[in-house]
Amino acid sequence: MTTFEAILLTIVTASTPLLIAALGELVTERSGVLNLGVEGMMAMGAACSFAAAVTFDSTLLGVLAGILAGTFMAALFGLVVLGFAANQVGSGLALTILGLGLAGLIGAPFVGARRNPIAPLDIPVLSDLPVVGRLFFEQDLFVYGSILLTIAVAVYLNRTRVGLMLRSIGENHGSAHGLGLPVLRTRFLAILFGGACAGLAGAYLSLVYTRFWSPGMTAGRGWIALALVVFAAWRPGWALVGAYIFGAATVLQLHAQAAQFGVPSQALSAVPYLATILALLLLSIRRGRAIGAPGSLGLPFVPDR
Amino acid sequence: MRFELTPRTTVSPVVRALAPVAAFITAFLIAGFVIWLMGRSPVAAFQVYVIQPLSDPWSLQELLVKATPLALIAIGLTYCFRANFWNIGAEGQYVIGAVLGGWLALKTHGTEAGFWVLPAMLVLGIIGGALYGLIPAFLKTRFGVSEILTSLMLVYVAQLTLDYLVRGPWRDPKGFNFPQSVTFDPSATLPPVWEASRVHYGTVFALIAILVTAVVLGRTLFGYRLKLTGDAPRAARFAGFSARSTTLAVFAISGGLAGLAGISEVSGQIGQLQPSISPGYGFTAITVAFLGRLNPIGILIAALVVALTFIGGESAQIMLKLPLDLTQAFQGILLLCVLAADALVSYRVRLVSRGGGK
Repeated sequence: MTTFEAILLTIVTASTPLLIAALGELVTERSGVLNLGVEGMMAMGAACSFAAAVTFDSTLLGVLAGILAGTFMAALFGLVVLGFAANQVGSGLALTILGLGLAGLIGAPFVGARRNPIAPLDIPVLSDLPVVGRLFFEQDLFVYGSILLTIAVAVYLNRTRVGLMLRSIGENHGSAHGLGLPVLRTRFLAILFGGACAGLAGAYLSLVYTRFWSPGMTAGRGWIALALVVFAAWRPGWALVGAYIFGAATVLQLHAQAAQFGVPSQALSAVPYLATILALLLLSIRRGRAIGAPGSLGLPFVPDR
Repeated sequence: MRFELTPRTTVSPVVRALAPVAAFITAFLIAGFVIWLMGRSPVAAFQVYVIQPLSDPWSLQELLVKATPLALIAIGLTYCFRANFWNIGAEGQYVIGAVLGGWLALKTHGTEAGFWVLPAMLVLGIIGGALYGLIPAFLKTRFGVSEILTSLMLVYVAQLTLDYLVRGPWRDPKGFNFPQSVTFDPSATLPPVWEASRVHYGTVFALIAILVTAVVLGRTLFGYRLKLTGDAPRAARFAGFSARSTTLAVFAISGGLAGLAGISEVSGQIGQLQPSISPGYGFTAITVAFLGRLNPIGILIAALVVALTFIGGESAQIMLKLPLDLTQAFQGILLLCVLAADALVSYRVRLVSRGGGK
């Protein structure tokens, strides 16, 4: 395998968790709820999945634990912002603080443990093609899953009745409520989906990407996933593109550090964060102000019966 | 089952004041439950987290030391949050304030520079924090970029900058390769408030900031302008208040105060620059601001209360082998409870079974 191929493969691995988390948040935001707790839910997903995978020596159980952990955290968030109509920005931040703390608690006994790599799904013949073979036809299940998830979310939002309902609730919850749509129930489910995705993304980080647990391993990926949703203008296809651009930036930055160009490693480590700011900036210049954001995004909804 | 919210027509001031207390007690009960789940005694933990620090004079000083940056940052955030702007990058502004102020301390190190160094460092700290805070504000007013994500991303950039400086150009050559700068000269050190105490003048700055803010928010047009911008942005525009200058002003103020907190901590408490100069004060201050209900006096109390969890967390780590992450988790739970309690103030909440409310 050439270095070039290896880099392409790692880009896919770096992009997949970003994509999964961004898709979840995208659905949540389309329903009109801004959940800034992605980083916390992701950390919980990573810690719980790793703990479960090591304890039961099963990757499958690990993944399930990660999804459950993310969903649990999201349910907590849903309870506070829907049940109590609490401020969404503040609650999301609280969820991140709580998630990072809890993940540290849960992960602490597992620091130093390692998992074996999971076997990629090898599609015979096709995977032997030069360059593209291994890239497209010998990835792990999560990678194919994330692509399928992108398509599923796109179809759900654009081609199904329930997806249209979700979008209309996100655009104007007052009118949607007037039409008899179940605003709070839809939003709660959308929040849970976001949590499940963030948990799954976390599971991918600790079980596939690093294969160990360390505190702070999410390293702002949850926040980058949030930025990706804005970058993608709340459209799943663009989330895929964005996730791969950011994945590539992360990986190339790591290779640049290894190559030692004389640039301080900290400057290169800052690249993904600066790139996020730059991407948001360019987008705003091109599109004008916040076009594409769901109309009711971040606003609490209290039905007046 | 679901919740049903009915807006309250009148809110008694007693309820308003008691809501954060109720939130605090709820958060304690939840944390106690978590500790019990971990197979430890919640009573012993309460003893170490709360009773012990409060009954020991040394810990009481430490309480003031830890409450100082929290109060300074939170009081700055109050300006932002009152006007409904989300500066969540105070941690970065704190770091840049410490870096810029610390730069002067290192420049004048070993010279007989004299008394002007310390005031100049403090001013540089404020300027550094304010300028760093103005970046997301400018991106918001000029290009409409959401301040939430940009201010947060800049935290990582600030931390990496500090990390680079203390490992690279600013490293103490005689420091056995430890990633830290030289120890500041006495002329660059914030003195203790009274002889041989740990409490430095940063605490005085925090008290001044609280008093000034109480006057500004309660008694001036600017304070009214923030409230109006936060509660009714359209009305604020009709009143002729430019949203743009409000945004820039509140970010400069909150960044400046976070920068002051940073340089005070470095020159009064740590005494040198090192890769990590904060246990997350900038994020915890968000909890402090809300726990204090965005009210200066409330923030004073909240800063002391939350500082207690830091000190308790440190001693619990040593005495009960409870990890420091528990403190962070508690702060998260606390913020969630505070925000939920806020809702209880403005709404009457009833739990109804499905369909029962129709």
